[in-house]
Amino acid sequence: MKHLALATGCLLATQAVAETPVLNVYTYESFTSEWGPGPQIEAGFEAQCGCDVVFTGVGDGAALLSRVRLEGARSEADVVVGLDTALMARARATGLFAPTEASAEYDLPIPWEDPDFVPFDWGYFAFVGEAGAEHPTSFEALAASDLSIVIQDPRSSTPGLGLLMWVKAAYGDRASEIWEGLADNILTVTPGWSEAYGLFLDGEADLVLSYTTSPAYHIIAEGDDSKVALPFEEGHYMQVEIAGRLAASDQPELAEQFLQYLLGAEAQGVLPETNWMYPVVLPEGGLAEGFQQIVTPDKALLLEAGEADALREEALAEWRAALAR
Amino acid sequence: MARGAGALSRGAGLAGAALVLAMLALPLAAILRAAGGGVRPGPADLSALWFTLEQASLSAVLSVALAVPVARALARRRFAGRRLFITLTGAPFLLPVAVAVMGLLAVFGARGWLNAAAGTLGLGPWRIYGLHGVVLAHVFFNLPLAVRILLQGWQAIPAERFRLAATLGLPPGQVFRLLEGPMLRQAVPGALAAIFAICLGSFSVALILGGGPAATTLELAIYQAFLFDSDLGRAAVLALMQAGLVAGAAVLSLWLTRMDGSGSGLDRASQRRDAPGGWRRGADALWLVLAGLFVVLPLVALVLKGLPGLADLPARTWPAVGNSLVVSLGCAALTVTLAGALSAPMARWAEGVGLMPLALSSLVLGTGIFLILNPVMPPARAALPVTLLVNVLMALPFCLRVLAPAWARAEADHGRLADQLGLRGLSRLRWLILPRIRGPLGFAAGIAAALSMGDLGVITLFGTEDRETLPLLMYRLMGAYRTEAAWGAALVLLGLSFGIFWVFDRMGGRDA
Repeated sequence: MKHLALATGCLLATQAVAETPVLNVYTYESFTSEWGPGPQIEAGFEAQCGCDVVFTGVGDGAALLSRVRLEGARSEADVVVGLDTALMARARATGLFAPTEASAEYDLPIPWEDPDFVPFDWGYFAFVGEAGAEHPTSFEALAASDLSIVIQDPRSSTPGLGLLMWVKAAYGDRASEIWEGLADNILTVTPGWSEAYGLFLDGEADLVLSYTTSPAYHIIAEGDDSKVALPFEEGHYMQVEIAGRLAASDQPELAEQFLQYLLGAEAQGVLPETNWMYPVVLPEGGLAEGFQQIVTPDKALLLEAGEADALREEALAEWRAALAR
Repeated sequence: MARGAGALSRGAGLAGAALVLAMLALPLAAILRAAGGGVRPGPADLSALWFTLEQASLSAVLSVALAVPVARALARRRFAGRRLFITLTGAPFLLPVAVAVMGLLAVFGARGWLNAAAGTLGLGPWRIYGLHGVVLAHVFFNLPLAVRILLQGWQAIPAERFRLAATLGLPPGQVFRLLEGPMLRQAVPGALAAIFAICLGSFSVALILGGGPAATTLELAIYQAFLFDSDLGRAAVLALMQAGLVAGAAVLSLWLTRMDGSGSGLDRASQRRDAPGGWRRGADALWLVLAGLFVVLPLVALVLKGLPGLADLPARTWPAVGNSLVVSLGCAALTVTLAGALSAPMARWAEGVGLMPLALSSLVLGTGIFLILNPVMPPARAALPVTLLVNVLMALPFCLRVLAPAWARAEADHGRLADQLGLRGLSRLRWLILPRIRGPLGFAAGIAAALSMGDLGVITLFGTEDRETLPLLMYRLMGAYRTEAAWGAALVLLGLSFGIFWVFDRMGGRDA
């Protein structure tokens, strides 16, 4: 009898919860952390949807896609937030994502047309260094200098892969030569962004691969304007972070509403100072003062998703060959 | 050695071995099944294999070679703070890898203390990045482990033997040939194999300090195959290659290891009054000072870096500390039980099985378990139990290395007496074994608890809704530009790992 009572209790409890629909959102770790945009976006959407938003944080963007693939159609996830343009072709190829109607008037430096994914924030990759020093203004000048740089491994980190694509987009067939020139500048290669940025902050290297928006964090959150991003003549490769909904979701309408919410003024207003990236829709009053002070590249580079994916193997082999010496 | 290993012991050993093998084989089988077979490794995988072998061999040989003089000095000298010295130098092994690397860089890095000191003398700068940096870091991590294993060997030589040697006036060379040499022949292969196996799984250290893709290890290739290429077949083949290397090392070390030849003593704590004086005293002191500085300076650097960040720690640090403590204590209890079960039969097969978890990385295990759980339940809900399970498997080889010899020794030295008294089953465990393995038991529990505390492990793979552990919190702080607070969290983690190890080790009482 006791067991029966217990079982009934559990059943009732489950039903009570089931009255409020649950929207499961998978994202990368730093999005859902206390300092990321997750908590505010969760509260904001819950206030209007009458649902319970549950964020699950998984590693970084690449780990996130791998997780969704592993779970396949059984996945509990309704929405995935935090893949990027480098992963987009592979994400689409899984066939797990459903088309979305969500859209907005994007303030992106490139036109955006995609049936399956919406962009929610973006940034330019850049080398970040200390203000006041004489800095190189191109990859070639960097390679000729004796500055030390820390980069991330393109086999385990999205910024690392971004740099690979940046060199490829800017130099094409000359990419190998550029990497050979950079080889003696590269102090070391880290598995992820945080290790590299940590090494830079510790003074181990002169420059670190990060984003043009990184200095905005130091200005706004720490009142420290000693970090600057280096503008490069070749232009800067973009990372556009994207979100999509899963075809197997049991909450397709909520998922669609959530994607639209992500593009709305409220969520877009949260992103710059929590994710330290540019919003895809500029807020009416413009961005915070700290974002006005930072470098804005003249030229945006971005390979089309399919092309980027096709080039990845070759670019990786070039990178490995040039640096493995 | 079959004497004393009754039916109960054999049963416990068999059950333990079956459990361990199942927990290793099932995840791997799940990956192979999901992949639909393996894929031939490419040239990049083969060069990763060579680098992995190179760095692991160098690291193992150097760690053990340096451990010999340090362990001998510790074994034959008595000085104030010796106990503290042994405990403190064990700390690197217990540290989360990313934290320890930052500590090393604060000392050996481009702007580290060593280069600063060298700079004032007009020397340097020395570059830590490269194969030598990887080996340096691995020696930093594993020297304490090697010292502990060898020190146990020294302390297992009955004190009466040394006294006899001293009475006969044997010179140190003869003492080495007759007493220390045979012990080393037995202890060294095990230490080499353990450290070789640990270093095989190196990933962050090898990449960060290795300076680039030339320092690609198999583990990084596995990581890439899983997370970046979602290529399960290649990941599984690479994991099998890694497992093969570890199994080879384990077999080699078991083959090289001779059985205990030091004979039985009177079960007294070693009180060495026979240690050689003269220049050997100075040399011992020098070894201890050098080893102490090498291990302790990076820790001091970590403390100094962490202190300012303590004030910035978020409120959720404390629930994270609670979660980490639960995982850590659970891991200690389960690992010690499992290691005990595998020690009981005193058989090579049981010990061999207990070392097998070294062969599979937590990433492989985690992914396999994920694939098994996925059809049944959302894996994220099982994040903490799975973290616990993987931690138990990862800590088992170390605990077993400590526990199994002590168990066998207790049986060898006193088993006949216990047989005469008819002590069997649980009462034999209670009255014969436990009192004699208290020291190693406490040490083993401490290792398991601390390793588990510092491990970021599979929790990031499984994803978390809101239960976070301290290493995960630290990782999140770093990912959110909160570097200073992350250092604070690292310091808390260092204190907790070390504290919990110290408590268990103390509970074990006297001796190593």
